[in-house]
Amino acid sequence: MAQAQGVPAEPAGRIVPEPVRAGIELEINGERYRHTGDPSMPLLWYLRDVLRLTGTKYGGDHSGADLVLVDGKAVPALAQPMAALAGRRVVTVEGLAGADGSLHPLQQAFVDEDAIGCGYCTPGWLIAGVELLNRKPRPSDEDIDQLPVLCRCGCHARVRRAIKRAANGGKA
Amino acid sequence: MSADLSRRRFLKVLAGSAGALVVGLPLAEARADDAPLPPGLLGDDYRSLGAFVRIDADGAVLIGTRDPETGTGGATAVARIIADELDADWQRVAVLPLGLGVQNRDGQPAWTYGHQRGGAGETVPAAWADLRQAGALARWLLLQAAARQLGVPADQLRTQSGLVIAPDGRRLGYGALAAAAAKVAPPPAPVPVKQPERYALIGQPAGDADARAIVTGQLRFASDHRFAEELVAVLSHCPWPDGTLAAIDTAATLAVKGVVKVVQLRPEPSQPLGQTVLAPAVAVLAEDTWAALQGRDKLKLDWKPGPSGGENSADLEQQAVALLDDKTAAAVRVRNDGDVDAAGKKAARRLEASYVLPWLAHATPEPMNCLVRLEKDRATLVVPTQAPQQAWTVVRRLTGLAPEQIRIQVPRVGGGYGRRLDHDYVAEAVLLAQAAGRPVRLLWTRGEDLAHDVYRPGSAHKISAVVDRKRNVIAWTQRTASASALARRGVPDDRLWTSEVAADQLPAGLVPSYRSDWCALQSAIPRGAQRGMPHLSNAFAVESFVDELAHAMKEDPLDTRLRLLGEPRQVALGDGHVLDTGRLLNVLRLVADRIGWKQNWLHSVNGLGLACWRIGDAYVAHAIEAALDGNNLRIRRAVCAVDVGRVINPTGLEGQVAGATLDALGTALNLGVTFKDGRIQQHSYRDYPLAGMAQLPREVEVIVVPGENLPPSGASFLAMPTAAPALANAVFRVSAVRVRRLPLMRELLRML
Repeated sequence: MAQAQGVPAEPAGRIVPEPVRAGIELEINGERYRHTGDPSMPLLWYLRDVLRLTGTKYGGDHSGADLVLVDGKAVPALAQPMAALAGRRVVTVEGLAGADGSLHPLQQAFVDEDAIGCGYCTPGWLIAGVELLNRKPRPSDEDIDQLPVLCRCGCHARVRRAIKRAANGGKA
Repeated sequence: MSADLSRRRFLKVLAGSAGALVVGLPLAEARADDAPLPPGLLGDDYRSLGAFVRIDADGAVLIGTRDPETGTGGATAVARIIADELDADWQRVAVLPLGLGVQNRDGQPAWTYGHQRGGAGETVPAAWADLRQAGALARWLLLQAAARQLGVPADQLRTQSGLVIAPDGRRLGYGALAAAAAKVAPPPAPVPVKQPERYALIGQPAGDADARAIVTGQLRFASDHRFAEELVAVLSHCPWPDGTLAAIDTAATLAVKGVVKVVQLRPEPSQPLGQTVLAPAVAVLAEDTWAALQGRDKLKLDWKPGPSGGENSADLEQQAVALLDDKTAAAVRVRNDGDVDAAGKKAARRLEASYVLPWLAHATPEPMNCLVRLEKDRATLVVPTQAPQQAWTVVRRLTGLAPEQIRIQVPRVGGGYGRRLDHDYVAEAVLLAQAAGRPVRLLWTRGEDLAHDVYRPGSAHKISAVVDRKRNVIAWTQRTASASALARRGVPDDRLWTSEVAADQLPAGLVPSYRSDWCALQSAIPRGAQRGMPHLSNAFAVESFVDELAHAMKEDPLDTRLRLLGEPRQVALGDGHVLDTGRLLNVLRLVADRIGWKQNWLHSVNGLGLACWRIGDAYVAHAIEAALDGNNLRIRRAVCAVDVGRVINPTGLEGQVAGATLDALGTALNLGVTFKDGRIQQHSYRDYPLAGMAQLPREVEVIVVPGENLPPSGASFLAMPTAAPALANAVFRVSAVRVRRLPLMRELLRML
């Protein structure tokens, strides 16, 4: 160390500042987050365990209870590793309502049609339905048939009515 | 009914600390004749009050519900029953689950709220019997307080929507009266409940009380709860309940960042099924779910099968069919009316058919999970259970804590269907928390959930009937073979049939000679209660067979059914059970009329099918219209009529009826559990494919019979038994294929 006294180890211009902690930056429900843990962690566990946004549910592969919007597309959070989400915009069921607490028209339609059984798969239906309505404001029955959500309480008929109600400006 | 009266007597009035009126049940130390406890000691924690009704000074009304809400609408219905008696403003009512109520009575548990069980069809009838009084008492106290303030006798005051109104128009809000009402001495006798003409909420439609919290993602199910310092546990169960772990290598697991511990679990052979671990298991405990799952993937486990390793569902089915064909096989005589053998000698026509129903999993949307924190003198759990008292029993046995030291919260449950009447997963979580010395949040993956269930047993049914020259069914012989869902649960052998068949099921009482036998099968695959048992499988066999009878007699199946039911009358079935043929005829005619049976049955290119059934005091019928386009089966219409007596919430009832219809249709179309060499073969929704939107009818047309003169019946699974046979009967009309084995699609495609 003594030898180095007065003599920079490296030219000043080459000193690299302490790097900011590496991480994956993404936007969730309008807020920016940086994930510094395992990049292979699926988004579902990041939402539920790290951020404690528990509206998105675990139901297993193909259950649809874990659907979220990533850049507007409904995808299962269980199948999205954090590494694939850098710079992406994620919306979960908690992000559907307005900042003032006003419900999204589809949320309101679910309430109006009482399209709820146990309620566990409801966030999945809402995300899938919002994506469909964004894509196709007047969806056909065949469009609605394709929603990738499983429900054991048998809410399908009411979910269908709710989507049609939302498409119809809130009227049944 | 004596239990109801004693519970009423124990309704108690308490004062909350902020001027609240609380009507509930007494605290552990209190007795019915105690003075209310000083408000300062009570705090504002409604949970510790055992409250059913709490009215705050600002007029907010909190109603606590005792039975777990599994999505059957019970919590909303019960809250509406109480709120109606109270004349509350529903907009000011919040509904919250009370959790388990348990007190210490000389070291034994005393259940604060009486029986607590959800999703079993009991919630609304039980509340009708006792909880109206909680609302009525609160209203009575508010009236007394208002009488003093207004200087008007209480009997001249009326209440409406959260207000007491004097004859001169003066009004007082409930909130302003709450503090004074809490000081009024309760009446010595129960307060009369409302006359039906005064109902303001009962019979009126209401959405689920939790709807807003659910659609905004704010409602926290058990699996959404967290404890500080918790570890997340995931499991790898042995494929065989009686298997053993021959070798284990945890090195790679423990090397995963965040994994803390690996723990082995074993069933306790002395314990009944459902109260101990289902199968040997290895648990990975980690700081978060992802670490636990990665650790589980890296486990190297060598499981060895036990005696059940030789079991195959196909073999079991063959055994069942052989038992039914062997008239000398040992059987339990479930019912025996008249003389079926003698009646057989008068046969003009005889028909026989057999039906086979598959094993089924529960596939609850929210997989098994349990959150537990153990302290020296307390266990705190958040459990998605249908039966918190049973969960308590498991915790008590494993911890040795005193009754009141075990606190069990039961948030809204992500589906029950009978799976959560068992508590193997609670035993696992408690054992893991003990091993870890930290709070544990146990989460089953879907694969574990499907492959380690307490399954609905498959069954085989053989029915033969004798018809006389006038086309009357004069003899009916029914044999059922299954492995009882009550086995290994401490139920005596001579009662094992009760989960599989009921003695008063249709057409008992309608046929002069009727015999029902049950033959026991043995299996080590765990079995348990499931939504609609023992009606689902039997209704499929019986209601399919009635359709076959009609076809054999070359007549309209509606006519066959009408002749079988006969004149409207009360048929005593024994054990206090009564079949009201008028109510059954009514629901049958309602669905037939709605679907245009008389015009369409013969002429439609689509197939129409009917079925009807009775569960307790409730009646149901389905009419289904099915179309076949190549191999593509489409359910065009589904009509369901129900008679449940008084309807508390028509919106909730319609949702339950439509939901049960769709669940039953989807199950009948697609689902079955199979096992080979003792291993369950279904591990994901890929091989246990719940029906999606495209397979199901777009709408369920629900017809509700007004039933103001009868008390309400449970309705959550009422619409299940008839959906599948009505579908099979419709499929027969459209395809000429008689499906006698479920799941239907596989069988139909095999036979087309």
